[in-house]
Formats: sequence, C-alpha cells, structure tokens
Amino acid sequence: MNALVSSGPAIVFYVFAALAVVFALGVVTLRNPMYGALCLLGTFLSIAVLFLLRNAELVAVVQIFVYGGGIMVLFLFVIMLVNLHKLQEARLFGGPLPGVIVLAVLLLGLFGWVFVQAQFAPGLAQPEMFTSFVDQHGKLQQLGNSQAVAWNLYTKNLLPFEIASIFLLVAMIGAVVLGRRQ
Amino acid sequence: MLVITTNHYLVLSLLLFAIGLVGIATRRNMITVLMSIELVLNSVNLNLIAFSYQHSDLTGQIFAIFTITVAAGEAAVGLGILIAFFRLRETTQLDQATELKG
Repeated sequence: MNALVSSGPAIVFYVFAALAVVFALGVVTLRNPMYGALCLLGTFLSIAVLFLLRNAELVAVVQIFVYGGGIMVLFLFVIMLVNLHKLQEARLFGGPLPGVIVLAVLLLGLFGWVFVQAQFAPGLAQPEMFTSFVDQHGKLQQLGNSQAVAWNLYTKNLLPFEIASIFLLVAMIGAVVLGRRQ
Repeated sequence: MLVITTNHYLVLSLLLFAIGLVGIATRRNMITVLMSIELVLNSVNLNLIAFSYQHSDLTGQIFAIFTITVAAGEAAVGLGILIAFFRLRETTQLDQATELKG
C-alpha cells in the first residue's frame, strides 16, 4: 500500500501521458475535424495535468484557460462556420505519406535513443524555487507559484512581456482584417 | 517505487512532436494541419516545463507562457486565413490552394 502511494505521481503520469498520446493520434487520424478538435481538447487537458506534476501550477491553469478555452472555441467556431459536408475528404492523407512516416520514425528513433540514454537525476533539488522570489526590498518571499511567476515576468522579463502584448495586438488586427468580408 | 524523471517527459514530448509532424506534413485538411501545429507547440511546452523542474529554474515556466501566447496569436491568424480561403474556394483542402502557382 505504501509503495502504491509513493508511486502515485508516476501512475498519474503514465495514465495521462497515455491519454495525451491516444488523443493526439485521434487528432491526426480522425476524418471529421469536429472529433479531431475534441481529441485536441483531451490532449490539452492531459498535458495540463502533466504540468501540475512538474510544479507548474500557473502554466497548467493558463493551459486550460487559453488552450482549452480560447483556442478550442476558436477552432470549434471555424469548424461550424465552414460547411462540414464540404469537408469530406476524398483521401484523408495527401502528399508523401510514406516518406513522412519514415522521417518521423527516424526522428523518434534518433531522439528517443538520446533521451533514453541521457541520465537525469530524479526528484527536485529545490521545490521552493517555484514558489519564492526576492522582492524589491531584497526580502525572500514565500507565497506561491503564481506570485513567483508574476514577479519574474514583470521584473526580469518585462521587455518580452511588452513585446508579447504588441504581438497579440498585431495578431488580433491581422485576424480581423483577414476575416472581414471584402 | 516508480519515479518519473525528465527522460519520461522528453520521450512523451517526442511522441507528441512526431505525431504532430506527421499531421502537418500529410493531412490535407487545413483545420487538421492547424491542430497538428498546436500539438507540436504543446510538446515543446512539455519540454520547457520538464527542464524547468530539472534545473529548479522558473525561466522555463515563463517561456512556456510566452509559447502559449504565440500559439494563441498563431491560431487566430491561421484560422483567419482559413476563413478567407474558404470564402474564395468553398473548401479547406490544402491541395486546392493554388492561387500563387504561376
């Protein structure tokens, strides 16, 4: 029983990793894009759980909000907007399918071998690194993952943050212009 | 006792990346190609978070948030292009996109 409890995170990892891969296969192989989008939602949620296992609570929540909420609604709207009957593909796959699959298997083999060979120490040396930050008075604060990420984002990474906001503005204007009726 | 190391995350991320790559290169439906791109971006995020944990460094999580931002913008613009293309051709098949062929 004790061994089962201590292996809990590992079991959660294996379950949700398997779910993520199965849903990802669904995205690529299902004919109906609506089912594909729902499979994609399953992958997003499984990956959010895997983020939680790696002390990334804020990123997991952002993943659910932005991917599971925003991007997924965008996809579903567009799928409903374009006529589903016209989406029936004569052939599901086009292009150099055998070549691409050979390439993907080679990639899997090469990187898989490297990744299995690489040795990483298990466990986390300093879990408090994800929940602490040094504030403007030089005092060490122990609050939470959101506060630590926010502090880091608004001090060390302020310029990338501003660039990201400009990027979002440009993307929004671009999407509106593209979607407007001529 | 089972322990999850960074290797597990790398292998999972590699699997998702390969699946997404096959989707991008072989599917002919534009919507599915865009969804495959999201899969690839998500596998990258998984790597960033795994290495952030490995090195006890928050920078990986910050970077993952920026990746999600870029993915959101990319999805919006990509789907905008898709809508514009659908208006023009009444289809979302990529092999019908021959406007720029000489």
